[in-house]
Amino acid sequence: METPGLYHILFISTALFFIGAYGFFTRRNLITMLMSIELILNSVNLNFIAFNKYVWPAKLDGVFFTIFIIAIAAAEAAVAIAIIINLYRSHKSIDVEKAEEMKY
Amino acid sequence: MFETISIASIVMLPLLGFVLLALFGRKYIRRFSGILGTLLMLASTVFALYTAWHYFFVMGPVNGAYQTLLPLQFNWLEFSPGLSIDMGLLLDPLSVMMLVVVTVVSLMVHLFSIAYMRGEERYPTYFAHLSLFTFSMLGLVLSTNIFQIYIFWELVGVSSFLLIGFYFDKPSAVAASKKAFIVTRFADLGFLIGILILSFQSGTLDFTTLIQRLTSPEGNEFKNAISSSFIGVSALTWGLVLVFIGGAGKSAMFPLHIWLPDAMEGPTPVSALIHAATMVVAGVYLVARLFPVFSVSSPAMDLITYVGIFSALFAAIIACTQTDIKRVLAYSTMSQIGFMMFSLGSSGYGDEAGLGYTASMFHLFTHAMFKALLFLGAGAVIHYVHSIEMKDMGGLRRLMPVTHLCFLIGCMAIAGVPLLSGFFSKEEILLAAYQSNKAVYWVALFTSGLTAFYMFRLYFSIFWNKNYLSHSSDQHHGEGGALVLLPLIILAVGAAGAGYIPFGKYVSSDGRPLETEFHLLFSIAPVSFALVGILLAFWLYKNKNERPEAIAATFKGLYHAAYRKFYIDELYLFITKKIVFPLIGRPSAWFDKNIVDGLVNATGNSTQWISAKIKGLQSGKVQEYAIYFLAGVIGLLFVFLYVIK
Repeated sequence: METPGLYHILFISTALFFIGAYGFFTRRNLITMLMSIELILNSVNLNFIAFNKYVWPAKLDGVFFTIFIIAIAAAEAAVAIAIIINLYRSHKSIDVEKAEEMKY
Repeated sequence: MFETISIASIVMLPLLGFVLLALFGRKYIRRFSGILGTLLMLASTVFALYTAWHYFFVMGPVNGAYQTLLPLQFNWLEFSPGLSIDMGLLLDPLSVMMLVVVTVVSLMVHLFSIAYMRGEERYPTYFAHLSLFTFSMLGLVLSTNIFQIYIFWELVGVSSFLLIGFYFDKPSAVAASKKAFIVTRFADLGFLIGILILSFQSGTLDFTTLIQRLTSPEGNEFKNAISSSFIGVSALTWGLVLVFIGGAGKSAMFPLHIWLPDAMEGPTPVSALIHAATMVVAGVYLVARLFPVFSVSSPAMDLITYVGIFSALFAAIIACTQTDIKRVLAYSTMSQIGFMMFSLGSSGYGDEAGLGYTASMFHLFTHAMFKALLFLGAGAVIHYVHSIEMKDMGGLRRLMPVTHLCFLIGCMAIAGVPLLSGFFSKEEILLAAYQSNKAVYWVALFTSGLTAFYMFRLYFSIFWNKNYLSHSSDQHHGEGGALVLLPLIILAVGAAGAGYIPFGKYVSSDGRPLETEFHLLFSIAPVSFALVGILLAFWLYKNKNERPEAIAATFKGLYHAAYRKFYIDELYLFITKKIVFPLIGRPSAWFDKNIVDGLVNATGNSTQWISAKIKGLQSGKVQEYAIYFLAGVIGLLFVFLYVIK
């Protein structure tokens, strides 16, 4: 069985990015949108890993970055969920379309 | 050194009065505001008299000439080391004389106003304005440089505006105050340009330096000022003529006199102070202050002479036909200032030639006394009969004996009856005119006859003519209390006795005492003219008769023209309304409204229009923002990949 090459992985990561973006633009539920953002983040992680492995196999920079991103993503999720909970308290809903007071 | 404090307090006490009365007058010291203002004025007058005594008698002339002193001078605005505007106090015979005139007349007017203005709603405000005026007039008189005099000049204009428009609920008073302000302000434009020219040519603002530089024939400044010319007239003459225009505006010289008769809408004591004795002579004072420079330029001097003599005659003719007693006095003021002006204009500088200068200042001094007296007397009469028209008066001599006597003294003084003050000063003026210009002399002689005629027309119409028809409102007040009569009596003494001051000893063109001789033979002509005028007035107005109407009917055209003030007001209205407004004013207004405002509005409107169109982008929806963001990123990507590379 042939091992997957760089292009395969880049294809997956691109697909993952656009799936995330699509979810972010179309979903109205904030939790789902948060999940979409995680997808986008992970597509970036995949890119880092893939380039590290195929282009500079002797180095570990990409891997370190990925670990950082995972840590930051965890923190970000905590903040985002805190925001969502507050939004729910004030709006009795986590529908993003209900929270549009900040406009012209 | 002179006591600086006492001189400064002459000026500062009225200012203090203004501040106190304006801030606290209405609420806390309403009833005493008149007395407070008068007391401060009294203190100021005492200081002024003390200064005059000290200056003329204790210090006296040094080497035969009175010195110019600067008891106080400091840099007020320093633009660069070479260019600064100073403030200070200047003492020379001229300013000391004016100090006495202004403070004494102002004190009398304050005294008179205490009773005259009682019961007015804005009693404290009135005194505050009066103090402000006195302050600015004193500041003007004591100015050390031409810029300082300009500042006080404008302050005088403002306080005059406030006082003329004191009865601001009367539309005519409002119109009069606006007219006075605009006309004098218009003239001050000339003054300002004149200041700029003179100070540019001489390189200084200071009076002493300026006079010295512009009169020494060897100096560079003088040569430049004479040689550089514009339309065939030297820069020096231009500067002087423009300064004179400013003076003519304040002094109501033809053709800038139109504001003075209307200014009689103000309270009568104000007319006595501002429009008779002090402010209107500011123009004369200004010319006298710069007299050494003026005397260098004969075209400027000729202009002053002819404007002066024409105004004197012109106003005297109008005064003969007016029926409003204050307007008669206003035109008589204009005529007398014309006398002062042509006397200055026909004078030379130094020693014997400076007779006209001394005569002019002498007349200024005596005129202040008798004209203030006449105005205050007229005020007392108006207060009594509640009218300003001659036809409502007549036969008041028994009802107001003291006023009658004082008014008679004032009339005789202005008419030039021998042994009263006006006789001496007018005689000197005529002598000066006789020595320099015969034509001016004859016109002046005729005008002084007219003066006697119209003053006694006024006198007989008020106090004789017919029996006074008393109406019920007269019962509760008589002639007026001591506060009304005291200033009249003091001024009457001044008007009678001021002529005996050997004036030439104190005030002369170069500071050296000038011996003025009294020529008995010369005075025959003026006195006989005055007597003819008085007798004519006696014949026409002593008792009510048909003769005045008959004479008016004979000279119908002239009478009507003079009654309508020679249509000068109409001419001004024609020029402004028919020429300036439609040809200059409206096109400029159109340009301003449509082009200038249009451009500004177009900017604003287009911004508004665009923002209305694009504000929908700010929708408040997070996901839309994310789409814009993504589109932006993709757009940048394309730019960096394909456009910039």
